[in-house]
Amino acid sequence: MAFDAAEAPVLVVDGLRTEFATGEGPPSVAVHDLSFTVRRGETLCIVGESGCGKSLTALSILRLLPRPYGRIGAGRVLLDGQDLAQISDAEMRAVRGRAISMIFQEPMSSLNPVLTIGRQIAETVMVHEQLDWSACMGRALEMLRQVRIPEPERRLQEYPHQLSGGMRQRVMIAMALVCRPRVLLADEPTTALDVTIQAQILDLVRDLQQETGTAVILITHDLGVVAEMAERVLVMYAGNKVEEGSVTEIFDAPTHPYTRGLMAAMPHLGGGQGHRGRLNEIPGVVPALHARPPGCSFAPRCPLVLDKCRVEAPPLLGVGGTHAAACWVTAGNA
Amino acid sequence: MTETPVLQVDGLVKHYPVRGGLFGRAVAHVRAVDGISFAIAPGETLGLVGESGCGKSTVGKAILRLVEPTAGRVTLEGEDITALGRAAMIAKRRRMQVIFQDPYSSLNPRMTAGDIVQEPLVNFGIGTRAEQRERVDALFARVGLRPDQRRNYPHEFSGGQRQRLGIARALALGPSIIIGDEPVSALDVSVQAQVINLMVDLQEELKLSYLFVAHDLGVVEHISHRVAVMYLGKIVEIAPRAALFETPLHPYTEALLAAVPVAHPRLRRKRIVLKGDVPSPINPPPGCRFHTRCPIAVPLCREVEPPLIANAAGHAVACHLRSA
Repeated sequence: MAFDAAEAPVLVVDGLRTEFATGEGPPSVAVHDLSFTVRRGETLCIVGESGCGKSLTALSILRLLPRPYGRIGAGRVLLDGQDLAQISDAEMRAVRGRAISMIFQEPMSSLNPVLTIGRQIAETVMVHEQLDWSACMGRALEMLRQVRIPEPERRLQEYPHQLSGGMRQRVMIAMALVCRPRVLLADEPTTALDVTIQAQILDLVRDLQQETGTAVILITHDLGVVAEMAERVLVMYAGNKVEEGSVTEIFDAPTHPYTRGLMAAMPHLGGGQGHRGRLNEIPGVVPALHARPPGCSFAPRCPLVLDKCRVEAPPLLGVGGTHAAACWVTAGNA
Repeated sequence: MTETPVLQVDGLVKHYPVRGGLFGRAVAHVRAVDGISFAIAPGETLGLVGESGCGKSTVGKAILRLVEPTAGRVTLEGEDITALGRAAMIAKRRRMQVIFQDPYSSLNPRMTAGDIVQEPLVNFGIGTRAEQRERVDALFARVGLRPDQRRNYPHEFSGGQRQRLGIARALALGPSIIIGDEPVSALDVSVQAQVINLMVDLQEELKLSYLFVAHDLGVVEHISHRVAVMYLGKIVEIAPRAALFETPLHPYTEALLAAVPVAHPRLRRKRIVLKGDVPSPINPPPGCRFHTRCPIAVPLCREVEPPLIANAAGHAVACHLRSA
């Protein structure tokens, strides 16, 4: 893909801490000391199961955390050097939809049911660029064509309920990309779609990214989607980054016991586990936000756990190349 | 198959009326299931796959008679259950149970876990209270729940635990077949593996048959002995697992398999992506229902509906251009 490793990253998340106020006592920490970068034209996949903090990371970047309970407790979110965590609400509104935009899992609930598709896309242009309405509608039409919606002129006049799930997700993508953002956040964009439609949407995102050079942060629980799309991968568990690396590093040599467990738990087509062989189980469940254990948060479910793991959380330790994992046992030399 | 099938379905049809106009007459029909047939042997898992709206969930509901089939026959352990009255049908449900996708909405939030699993035994008047309680304890242990969790309410369980509870309830009456409607789709991967392993273990232990309705082809390949692929209310291909996944014949099956994300980044490939969406089941295309999206369709496909024809190995396909 056309990106230069020497180029400065578009987005730098540095030491992000997302917390939720609780009735009494200290706030619950949902995302803990998270750092990563994304470059132009690059696809970073953030992968993890429900409750790992992957969606809250996206909402933190866009400052869409539920108020008044959720807030960024610490850290910086640098977009081309500007710290989004510090700017005013008005300045942030100018960023959303223009420099960074987002697509969500369920397109029906993110589209306004009483406005036409065209109006909703054109509105984004209207807000961010000083163009007259017909020029905005022109941009909307061009965008529908770009996301390969058949009969775009007719679709422009239609309402969300008249479109299929796949078409709605295309409209969301059109809306997200109409101002040519630097960064696109996609939170489980294909989870609600059928597999043949998922393939269409993933191909579309990849093609548009090559055309526009937008950096994509793709949030998913599906390792298959990661294998298809990612250049770099970040694995999260219970609010922490537990492993990071290039997609081949992660798939060739998964290092954190959680990543290994996740890969072995997934039945996949022509999988090596043998038919009806036992799938690897990760015993137990993700700890609740308010009941995260001290030390490594994966320790209670980890097959390789040491006494040290229950006391002291491991830092991210390099294991060669760009690959790093937060584990005393598999990445450290404990 | 020499044994009597546990479940046999012949020409099952379910059309839902679309009502309109002043008097709410049926102005059209959604042809959700349009004449499908299959059989499931004792101890066998038949995977039923297809995309949203293909009618796979309706098949499960019509077999259970949770919706009344429009036509066709369902035979359970050699007995035709299609025409049974309400009371006789209730008795038959002891032999045929169901697990739903969403364990949140299929458990009564105001009953304790123990009561939920005991309820079928109470309804059918099986055993004394003490015996019922013993059976519930045994079921809890078998599906991996702690005995003290009997007193908990559904909201106190995680998603995976709720699905275990649903399985325990389904097992309570000792059924011969369980119909699972997307039973692991709502679960996280690591928990999904726990539930799949449990279902496989139980099947081997209790000689259960499963009709496993799902859209995740990886899961279906893992758990099934045979697999049926549905498209717009019809079975387009049905075959033993290995044959279906290794040598798919129907172009739709091929496209479905090709659309599944790869397991390793090095296997990324340029694939043939199906164009467009599934047509409406109110007005399915004439001829082969897949011809509007089929990459190899010929004029014949637009006019004549291909029959489902099987070969000696039990691999059946409904396509003019491909034969098993």
